[in-house]
Amino acid sequence: MAYDKFEILKSSAVPLPIENVDTDQIIPARFLKATERKGFGDNLFRDWRYNPDNTPKEQFVLNNPIYSGKILVGGKNFGSGSSREHAAWAVYDYGFRCVVSSFFADIFRGNCLNIGVLPVQVSAEFLDKIFKAIEVDPNTEIEINLPKQTITLLVSGEQESFEINGYKKDNMLNGFDDIDYLAKMKEEIKEFAETRPF
Amino acid sequence: MSATLFDKVWDSHVVRKIKDGPDVFFIDRHLIHEVTSPVAFLGLKQRNNSVLFADKTFATADHNTPTINQHLPVEDPLSANQLKALEENSAEWGISHWGLGHQNNGIVHVVGPENGITLPGATIVCGDSHTSTHGAFGAIAFGIGTSEVEMVLTSQCIMQPKPKKMRINITGELGLGVTPKDVALFIISKLTTSGATGYFVEYAGEVFKQMSMEGRMTVCNLSIEMGARGGIIAPDEKTFEYVKGRPLAPKGADWDKAMNYWETLYTDDDAVFDKELTFSATEIEPMITYGTNPGMGTGISKNIPSADQVEGGATTYKKSLDYMGFAEGEAMIGKPVDYVFIGSCTNGRIEDFRAFASIVKGRKKAANITAWLVPGSHIVEAKIKEEGLLDIFHQAGFVLREPGCSACLAMNDDKVPAGKVAVSTSNRNFEGRQGPGSKTLLASPLVAAATAVTGVVTDPRTLLSL
Repeated sequence: MAYDKFEILKSSAVPLPIENVDTDQIIPARFLKATERKGFGDNLFRDWRYNPDNTPKEQFVLNNPIYSGKILVGGKNFGSGSSREHAAWAVYDYGFRCVVSSFFADIFRGNCLNIGVLPVQVSAEFLDKIFKAIEVDPNTEIEINLPKQTITLLVSGEQESFEINGYKKDNMLNGFDDIDYLAKMKEEIKEFAETRPF
Repeated sequence: MSATLFDKVWDSHVVRKIKDGPDVFFIDRHLIHEVTSPVAFLGLKQRNNSVLFADKTFATADHNTPTINQHLPVEDPLSANQLKALEENSAEWGISHWGLGHQNNGIVHVVGPENGITLPGATIVCGDSHTSTHGAFGAIAFGIGTSEVEMVLTSQCIMQPKPKKMRINITGELGLGVTPKDVALFIISKLTTSGATGYFVEYAGEVFKQMSMEGRMTVCNLSIEMGARGGIIAPDEKTFEYVKGRPLAPKGADWDKAMNYWETLYTDDDAVFDKELTFSATEIEPMITYGTNPGMGTGISKNIPSADQVEGGATTYKKSLDYMGFAEGEAMIGKPVDYVFIGSCTNGRIEDFRAFASIVKGRKKAANITAWLVPGSHIVEAKIKEEGLLDIFHQAGFVLREPGCSACLAMNDDKVPAGKVAVSTSNRNFEGRQGPGSKTLLASPLVAAATAVTGVVTDPRTLLSL
């Protein structure tokens, strides 16, 4: 098993209503120097979160104690730029298990799915509703139901369904990953390799 | 059935199709570097797996390496540790390793093509989003995460849903001073940084046919900046000529066999794309960015657009201009600049240094400019010396550094200080990309050169002789 199973997550959420959040913001390159996967959560959104003298920037959402939870809600085109999986690791290590946005960059989305963070893509209208609900009540709860593929604002019951392919869904529900799958295919892959021209 | 170039290469690499899931996708060439591979090797060990095909993975050190005094031990202990991990992991599994100081060392996307690792019709991945560079050869090449690096080490495969297909045509002929970099920045400014997300892009039309291999690499390199997984250009005589004779390219009968395959690599006339766009080369002038993502670019002679002229939220747009210290409607030409960086996997090849030299020759570096000239590889560095470009640079007051990713992502000491403005030939102008608080204007080597000698943002056409 590669990571914890994901079934139903009920949590308050942290809002980040900014578009085009790139992975350099999620984790700046100078924090990519580890040779092990640990401690990345400390540097999640490092330069938005801390001043150059390492004091917290009080206006940034992660430094505001009224917001907490296992769900991060970001603006459109979340996770663009560098392919660094460290960005997904930082999101996970900080304590998020789900990122909600109206649009995800491809590589970030894939990286999340590979490490057990669920990317949930909603419509622009629903994203707006989530931001408004959190604005009204920072403790408002959101339910992510992976078996049913739904996201629900529990305060109002408003709901939307989200897409995930059957294979990845099954992986998330069982805590399996692609490496488990591929490791079992080695003989088939070796035969395939023989057919390549170079 | 008619197929696109992308279909032909993709479909021939599918080992298994999973119902309602991704394809098990075979990888011909895997490139690794010191930053995104250590955790993959660690995972490999933790699961008691081993490397399936050591001869299909190639390691080079580039991301965190210093660009001066490379013969000395690396001072930063964390960087040194990553470099050591790359060396040890490569040795343990029998993977070819071009470490610091090796004659073939350089940026992964520069050394792949110049050594013949990159081949038409191949599938190439690397834990780096600019792997899209290799699409210039008619390869399917894209960036992957570290979990996927571990998958390739374990099984030579990754699991990928097949992307949708887009074709971008540019007709006509580029004007004076308009380079492949400008073509790419122009396209990204039209599509935005998410406009091609979910797609693999084929570049077609006269402009790309006429373009050199290095120019095609620059364009494909930047595909990721509009959200595309990769870009691809059909291989032609120029491609085969470039590949032939490279140390790791097929030879003799293997070459003939490969050529038989390569000659089938084109998009059939009646093949269909999910999306198709056409632009005219006459619309494109030297480009420069003014904001904090590569889509925020404009023709250099134009002014910064106002929020209502651009797609997306006004709040995000204004936050971006605030970071840069710019205002809507301002001119880009004449803006003060502190740093000029020429290098990176986007523009760190010999043609880029030739272009830079064409403008700085006989001129002097402006006193207010700190310039970092960083070749993409030792092979590029050697050519700079052979062709006499180094003398031109020295006479103009420039110094050449040693190869690496350098100030493109500022993992080493090449950091632009907070508040300083850099004109960079690299690929990303995100907040703090070139150092915390740094401000980046992306542009071509010609714009960088013109700016380096005048000290302010300058249209290179005013300095180019016809």
